[in-house]
Amino acid sequence: MFYLVPRNEIPLSFRITIPIISVVLTIICGFFIFSVLGYEPDKALYHFFISPLSRVDKIADLFVKACPLMIIGTGLVLCFRANIWNIGAEGQLIMGAIFAGALALYFPNTQSIWLLPFMAILAFLGGAFWALIPALLKIKLRTNEILVTLMLTYVASLFLDWLVRGPWRSPTSFGFPLTAYYPDVGLISKIYFPGIGYISQLHWGVIMAILICLFCWFTMEKTIFGFQFKLIGDSPKALRFSGFNESNTTLSIFIISGGLAGLAGMIEVSANIGQLQPNISFGYGFTAIIVAFLARLNPAAVIISALLIALIEVGGDSAQIALAIPKVVTGVFKGILLFFLLAGETLTKYEIKYNFNLQSKTND
Amino acid sequence: MKNNRFIVLAGLLAIVAVVYYFATNVDQVDEEDAKMKVAFVYLTNPGDHGWTYAHEVGRLQVQEHFGDKVETSYVENVPEGPDATRVIRELAQNGNDMIFTTSFGYMEPTLKVAKEFPNIKFDHITGYMRAENMATGNIRFYEGRYVQGVVAGLTTKSNKIGYVAAFPIPEVIQGINSFAQGLKSVNKDATISVVWANTWYDPVKEGDAAKVLIAEGADVLAQHTDSPSMLQTAEKAGVHGFGQSSDMHEFAPSAQLFASVNNWGPYYIAQIEKAMDGSWTTGEGPDHWAGNTWKGLSDDFLVLSDFKNMPSSVAKAAQDARDGIADGSINIFSGPMMDNEGNQILASGEVLDDAGLWAMNYYVDGVIGKIPN
Amino acid sequence: MIDALILTILMTSVPLILAATGELVVERSGVLNLGLEGMMLMGAVSAFALTYTSGSLLVGLLAGVISGCLTAAIFGFFVLGLATNQVATGLALTIFGTGLSGLIGSDFVGKAVTGLPILFPESFSNIPFIGVFFALDIIAYLSVLIVFIVWIFLFKTKYGLILRASGISHTSSHSLGYKVLTVRWCAVLFGGMMAGLAGAYLPLMLTPHWSEGMTSGRGWIALALVVFASWMPSRIIYGAVLFGAITIMQLAGQARGWTIPPQFLSSLPYIATIFVLVLISSRGSAKYLAPSDLTRPFIASK
Repeated sequence: MFYLVPRNEIPLSFRITIPIISVVLTIICGFFIFSVLGYEPDKALYHFFISPLSRVDKIADLFVKACPLMIIGTGLVLCFRANIWNIGAEGQLIMGAIFAGALALYFPNTQSIWLLPFMAILAFLGGAFWALIPALLKIKLRTNEILVTLMLTYVASLFLDWLVRGPWRSPTSFGFPLTAYYPDVGLISKIYFPGIGYISQLHWGVIMAILICLFCWFTMEKTIFGFQFKLIGDSPKALRFSGFNESNTTLSIFIISGGLAGLAGMIEVSANIGQLQPNISFGYGFTAIIVAFLARLNPAAVIISALLIALIEVGGDSAQIALAIPKVVTGVFKGILLFFLLAGETLTKYEIKYNFNLQSKTND
Repeated sequence: MKNNRFIVLAGLLAIVAVVYYFATNVDQVDEEDAKMKVAFVYLTNPGDHGWTYAHEVGRLQVQEHFGDKVETSYVENVPEGPDATRVIRELAQNGNDMIFTTSFGYMEPTLKVAKEFPNIKFDHITGYMRAENMATGNIRFYEGRYVQGVVAGLTTKSNKIGYVAAFPIPEVIQGINSFAQGLKSVNKDATISVVWANTWYDPVKEGDAAKVLIAEGADVLAQHTDSPSMLQTAEKAGVHGFGQSSDMHEFAPSAQLFASVNNWGPYYIAQIEKAMDGSWTTGEGPDHWAGNTWKGLSDDFLVLSDFKNMPSSVAKAAQDARDGIADGSINIFSGPMMDNEGNQILASGEVLDDAGLWAMNYYVDGVIGKIPN
Repeated sequence: MIDALILTILMTSVPLILAATGELVVERSGVLNLGLEGMMLMGAVSAFALTYTSGSLLVGLLAGVISGCLTAAIFGFFVLGLATNQVATGLALTIFGTGLSGLIGSDFVGKAVTGLPILFPESFSNIPFIGVFFALDIIAYLSVLIVFIVWIFLFKTKYGLILRASGISHTSSHSLGYKVLTVRWCAVLFGGMMAGLAGAYLPLMLTPHWSEGMTSGRGWIALALVVFASWMPSRIIYGAVLFGAITIMQLAGQARGWTIPPQFLSSLPYIATIFVLVLISSRGSAKYLAPSDLTRPFIASK
């Protein structure tokens, strides 16, 4: 039998190698899966992991796909570090998109450049509002936030469904569940590179996402504010001794992570869709949980881990287009990758000891 | 501790760099093939036995018809949104000459990519937006439902018909109203109860909806959702029903009266042939119904599976209705026509044009209830 | 007519009862398994595949139970063996199970099987008023029996006490000499078996064919149901019937011409669950609270 002993110090080599080893092991697993399924494994892996990197415009697509994951993932890193289990980012994203959408649809003819910033603020407020419900319940009544955030996700998505099929449906959509288009000033434009033009769909939201990640990393690592976030997770007692209020810290973490998710929702709609429709998210809020873990709870590394997850998603489509590999393989890959990462997490935190004498295991 | 992060970053960047080096050295997709390459984008797995399955059957017909001259491929499970844009673009970049996008939600993505690739022909199914290189095609699904209404009217004993519908969009409402017109033509007493499943595809929910309708007394069921589970439920309960999109006879051998089968093959073959000989057009421009191919029973875009589980007199009435629609002697929506709140929609002698069909937001007489929202 | 509606409601609630009862035991032992949806799908696809190939419903049901159990074993290995985070591992299990079931099931899409038979002779179901309760299949009766057994086990046996103890405080339980990890392993595997059986019920009874992701969120509803029942087995039955009734009434209401937005009715189970959570948290009665060591990994000291 083996058992776990907590490590006092986490070896440097582990911190570096675990994510890399996890990815490599996932690829090896992929090799076997493809062999068993009867595809040529080398070709399949090429299309999964390399072809999305083979051209500049395809790399731009990766950034576009990773954009919401980066923003949500950063917020979740704050949560998870503080031991707050907000798994309802999907719902907060939808609420953010609804709030921002309300503004855009209320001013269909506006020319004001202020529309977009105000949409962003409203989106943040919308996401934060949706996160405030579990936050207050947790603080006031010690209600489990995992369950509340999960339930609220479904409520938000049904609310959006009702809006776009009912009161917000555009009169010119022939009855299809779509709202009117946002005014042009409510859209996020693509990045124009002088001399090159546009690169695929690469838009300014991506730059914003990267800046948010870096800003959060800086705040977490270099400021007293970030220190307080870490303390609440590691040792709530120490937090109290150092004079911070646990409730306020919890509240601000919920507001920030919910707000960021809401912002991600607004960016996704304004940059890629241009109107509200019944589905706007495709599980970004849940996928971002993997991103946060893959980044080993470091906001800067979120950028890279979001790109990696985007690579698996985009690669899944490429592999399907090229070799007709079923799309569901993507899910299997994501699951396996997360399993390896979680196992790696254990290896960094604990030493695994073997003991063949079962008697002594449970005794001191 | 600080250094670690940089080592991690450096390590990952190194991997990206190595991968990138090899990636750029791998030979690109082989250029210029004599074959015409045609791609299809599907919303779900083609095994759904409903909507996407019917498109897959059409693709296979294309492959058989053209043999070596055309190479087809498909991408399944493509969500309607930014992912669709990326997938369609990748198909365009991979040297496809023609791309069929087979769900309404691909309208914006298809339009976006069509503008970027003016030399590639795009064909969007069920939409209303067109461009210089983007055509649209659709089937007059409602025609088959009129025949279903006739058969239902002659089959029902309880005079209650159950209808499982997906979403209150014009295509579905056309179907319900057409069914009602067929029903009333043979049976003035029967009524239709509609249950909105609010999904195209959720087998368990569709089955639940069917059970509810049977519990409410319906003995003939129709559906405008995609899975065979309504028919399976009907089979078990000993009532009758109609198949959707494809022949679902195997799922309900004694319950299925017949199925309206979406026959995309002829449309696809015709469009590809036009693309080959240069006569492919998209009509006058965007947002006109003129550039849309919208055909039904008369052109075999919609075909009816064998009439089963009904007496020969009913089968004959069904066949007559089918032939009448095909040769134009039956006009489904012709006056006098009232909605179910007693307002006159069409006066005697008037008929509904296509614009009127797409503006349908009422139930005709014989349907119970109100359209949601 | 009402009878037929009640029958539909009862059948809809069977998979919810099964999955939620399993999850209740898991959560009572101090583990939160968010992988219900993944385990149910694995159970569903295995049950359908084996019923189709072997022609035997019994083999199919067993396959569903076993594969649910095996999927739960993956979860157990990580969460109990490696003390990984339960929330993340559960989500990984759902993602993994959804993908793998789709992959396994791709050869079985579009095939049909004959569903489970009604247990009692048909004449029984014609008895007025109570006839509807004789019109169900064996799994439906089994689900109620399982809830009863779980209740007896949890509250009337020593082993149940040990299981609940390890959910409330694993350290005290450990210092009393109980093997917390063994207890949790048993609970997790039981939860997997129940989820597998719940999944098997969908393609074998509710709609006798397989399709990708056919649970469409029922795993999450079951998860809500455990909370709604405030971790009490008997309440699972009321809760499941209530949730089932909401699902069916939103369809039946339409057939009768009601005009309540279906999205509102669909969201009711989730809103009701939050409401119950708030209610039990504010009452603070320990009896109905979540097990206090829920989601905390247990590491045996030295």
